[in-house]
Amino acid sequence: MRIRRALAALCGSALLAVAGCAPADEPAGRDGVAGTVTVFAAASLTESFRTLGREFEAAHPDATVTFNHAGSSALAAQITQGAPADVFASASPVNMTTVADAGAVAGTPYVIARNQPVIAVPKGNPGRVAGLADLARPGVKVALCAEQVPCGTAARTALATAGVTLTPVTLEQDVKGALAKVRLGEVDAALVYRTDVRPAAADVDAVEFPEAAVAVNDYPIAVLTDAPNPVAARAFVELVRSDRGRAVLAAAGFQQSGRG
Amino acid sequence: MTVPADAPPRRRRPGQRVPVALAVPAALGLLFLVLPLIGLLARTPWDSLPQRLTAPGVLTALRLSVQSATLATLLCLALGVPLAWLLARAQFPGRRIVRALVTVPLVLPPVVGGLALLLVFGRRGLLGQWLDTTFGVTLPFTTTGVVLAEAFVAMPFLVIAVEGALRGADSRYEEAATTLGAGRWTTFTQVTLPLIAPGVAAGAVLCWARALGEFGATITFAGNYPGRTQTMPLAVYLALETDLEAAIVLSLILLTVSVAILAGLRDRWIGHP
Repeated sequence: MRIRRALAALCGSALLAVAGCAPADEPAGRDGVAGTVTVFAAASLTESFRTLGREFEAAHPDATVTFNHAGSSALAAQITQGAPADVFASASPVNMTTVADAGAVAGTPYVIARNQPVIAVPKGNPGRVAGLADLARPGVKVALCAEQVPCGTAARTALATAGVTLTPVTLEQDVKGALAKVRLGEVDAALVYRTDVRPAAADVDAVEFPEAAVAVNDYPIAVLTDAPNPVAARAFVELVRSDRGRAVLAAAGFQQSGRG
Repeated sequence: MTVPADAPPRRRRPGQRVPVALAVPAALGLLFLVLPLIGLLARTPWDSLPQRLTAPGVLTALRLSVQSATLATLLCLALGVPLAWLLARAQFPGRRIVRALVTVPLVLPPVVGGLALLLVFGRRGLLGQWLDTTFGVTLPFTTTGVVLAEAFVAMPFLVIAVEGALRGADSRYEEAATTLGAGRWTTFTQVTLPLIAPGVAAGAVLCWARALGEFGATITFAGNYPGRTQTMPLAVYLALETDLEAAIVLSLILLTVSVAILAGLRDRWIGHP
């Protein structure tokens, strides 16, 4: 991330005018938070974690945050295979359990957010989808996530609850893949998370449905046992759990988790 | 250096020893290519192999993979050989640009290739829109879509191999045929093609292998649905989400089948001089 350097440059020029952009007389990284923090986070956390990463780097000028965003199960596999990660934020407790069972989680994971499935439709809703039942209508092309990834599990739970059986045209490898098919207008609907629709609002509308309540997903976060930078890792997790972190996640469309 | 006047000139390479400066990097290169394969073999769950081989969906994905890669190769042969001929033999302005354009799929990340295909052949794409309204044909999420995605990614391999063969071939045979009254088409089918057959075969093999392993363009353009568009690489990727060992077994099946087919073809086509 080049953000830190850019910020430092910005502060440098600002210092000429106003003394007191960064605490220049303070020894940098006094709290021991320095170096690189590598955060493996679910694809759906991309936007909110980018914001938090920038704020983290501003608060700790000696620290840099690097993100690896992918499907949670792929990330879990990478971590159990020894990828050098400091923090894991998963879109489902299942993948966190996989990592914890491998002895890779230090302490207890915290739930930082909850995400609710919605039906994403192309702008203008050409398939006139108003609820889950419409997805089974003939001629309505639907993209779901594969059942191996969390958004696929959530979709199956929601559909089963609604008693709807349908044949999707594709089972996507992750939620962004499903959303991309909606954005391009290749499908009339896809089951994704509420947070995925926000950044795509220019091309995509969200249709909420009552059965979503049973398929709400918890997002746990944890510092990893083999974290190369545990101090900074804990500081990042603290930021995500702070009121500021909650506000950023809420702005991205996540629902608040219970305190804890 | 003196050579006895009566002795035939010796063509033997000086000694049979490979220079160290070549042998060491060559061995390292081989190791680099083979070690990951050994890594796969080392983690293969041999005890549960039989059950996993017969697991539902495995054969379907394998059959779909082999079929679509073969169809993609046939499509590439039909379009790619004439294209290679054009690049190697015909004089026209902008030939260098055309040659550069042919290699675009090689440098394009396959996912971007798939996206580009959607923008052209998709339901709202440049041509796809017309196909949909005129003929009611939509290509994404179909097996035809898989073949198209694979052909897009694999065709440059064939074109480059065939163009190389054409440039290496002695054009005097073609000139002789023309002198003897053969038309351009007759010359092409009766003289040029037999001349470059080994190059075409090698290109087709490369093309088929690339199509068989295709992942990014396929999942982006054709999606992933078992029996329709889920090829082996897609099945491997999704197995990786939950079950590392299943993914390893699927990869091994794909490797074994492709190596067996390629080795078999090699003996039949490329083997004889």
